[in-house]
Amino acid sequence: MHMLEVKDVHKSYGDLEVLKGISFTMEKGETKVIIGTSGTGKSTLLRCINQLDSPDKGKVWLDGEEITNPATDINKIRQKIGFVFQEFNLFNHLTALRNVSIGLEKVKGMDKEKAQERAMAELTRVGLKEQVQQYPAQLSGGQKQRVGIARALAMDPMVILFDEPTSALDPELIGDVLDVMKTLAGEISMLVVTHEMGFARNVANEIIFMEGGIIVESGPPKQMFQHPEKARTKEFLGKISTLYGKE
Amino acid sequence: MLEVLADSFPQLLEGLKFTIGLTILSLILGSLLGLLLAVGRSYGKPPLSSFILIYEKVFRGIPLLVIFFLIFFGLSQLGLGLDPITAAVLGLGLRSAAYQAQIYRSAINSIPKGQMTAALSLGMPKLKSVRYIILPQVLRLSIPGWSNELTIVLKDTSIAFSIGVIELMRQGRYVYVRDPDLILPVLLIIALIYFILVISASKGLNYLEKKYKMAGFEVGVER
Ligand SMILES: Nc1ncnc2c1ncn2[C@@H]1O[C@H](COP(=O)(O)OP(=O)(O)OP(=O)(O)O)[C@@H](O)[C@H]1O
Ligand SMILES: [Mg+2]
Repeated sequence: MHMLEVKDVHKSYGDLEVLKGISFTMEKGETKVIIGTSGTGKSTLLRCINQLDSPDKGKVWLDGEEITNPATDINKIRQKIGFVFQEFNLFNHLTALRNVSIGLEKVKGMDKEKAQERAMAELTRVGLKEQVQQYPAQLSGGQKQRVGIARALAMDPMVILFDEPTSALDPELIGDVLDVMKTLAGEISMLVVTHEMGFARNVANEIIFMEGGIIVESGPPKQMFQHPEKARTKEFLGKISTLYGKE
Repeated sequence: MLEVLADSFPQLLEGLKFTIGLTILSLILGSLLGLLLAVGRSYGKPPLSSFILIYEKVFRGIPLLVIFFLIFFGLSQLGLGLDPITAAVLGLGLRSAAYQAQIYRSAINSIPKGQMTAALSLGMPKLKSVRYIILPQVLRLSIPGWSNELTIVLKDTSIAFSIGVIELMRQGRYVYVRDPDLILPVLLIIALIYFILVISASKGLNYLEKKYKMAGFEVGVER
């Protein structure tokens, strides 16, 4: 049994078929990176996994449970799938601490003190011990994203989905966020949409290259960078490495 | 004359009690209903949201005096006689709800979609997400509009005079009917009372607005 299995997922918006049959699996502790051009359906795929969008066709299993089945309790499932957003989406009216603790309190039913203790621990883990009482508007982009990661971690998810977690950040802040993600690798399963090739190369167990709504090619970073099977993969990786630095 | 005026003061204060009571009750009704209407229109499915739209249009499209007469005289003809105070609270509250719904809805609309998405992603059910994530932000953003609505309701309680509520205006009338020389001074005193009430209410809410702003919420308008 796989931790996560995505099988033949299709998704259209009106006439536009965005996902044309996506299948892959993930095991516990793995880090997979999804790359692909803009508009190719990477975000849509992540949203189809935690059911923010429902696939038109195809199935998704988490830990053996078919989560695309309408009978499953989607709120239970989402607790097990963390989500980190490009635009952070921190709760604007809450301090960093409350941003992390509110899910524990209101979703997991933890009492307030326990929840805040746990939130404190997660914020310390991402290097924000000093900022716990700050509101999102008082944090830098990199700090916001680390709060976003702590918020996801606190729920003890089986997997965390990252949708371009560093794309909205100033270049000098990207490193802090990637460093935190590196420390998580292996401890927690991560599915990361990113163009940070350094991260993909050094941290990912597998790179998935998507284009035109399908997976063109996937494999371990070494193979993808050195001996890609498809010419298109080679071309894309070449382009993106010049754009984002080889490292 | 000053003596007579001073003697009539307790009578005006008696009316003031009703003015304030009417304001508070109408605002409670208007706020609760207004909030429900706004949530229903923003998150409800089509038949519900269209009903709410019609409700808002109707209550914003009719003069308050007509609403009062419909509720007080109209309903009594249908066998549903209400006492003047209940009718006034209903009229003011139902109309205020229509205006307040707009205040809350524009606040809801100004909240980035990502707030809801993030809440849902934590496994928070939709209703809880509204309650703990959307609503607190909506209320903060609504303070200026609500403060304006408060002053309108407060001033418009005077129209309840017309269906026989013995509020500030009507008590004033009792005074100057007894002694017509007092008509101008009494009306000036009444005007001054309304004015002071409105100014202090706005001041108080302004303070609230500032206080919550300090919490860092509106430091940056970005998401
Ligand atoms: N809710 C929606 N309604 C209609 N079209 C949508 C919706 N969401 C996405 N699309 C379209 O689906 C396509 C894929 O979008 P998606 O956001 O998944 O791409 P992406 O690979 O994440 O791109 P990017 O790198 O720009 O984030 C785009 O053409 C987009 O316009
Ligand atoms: Mg995207």
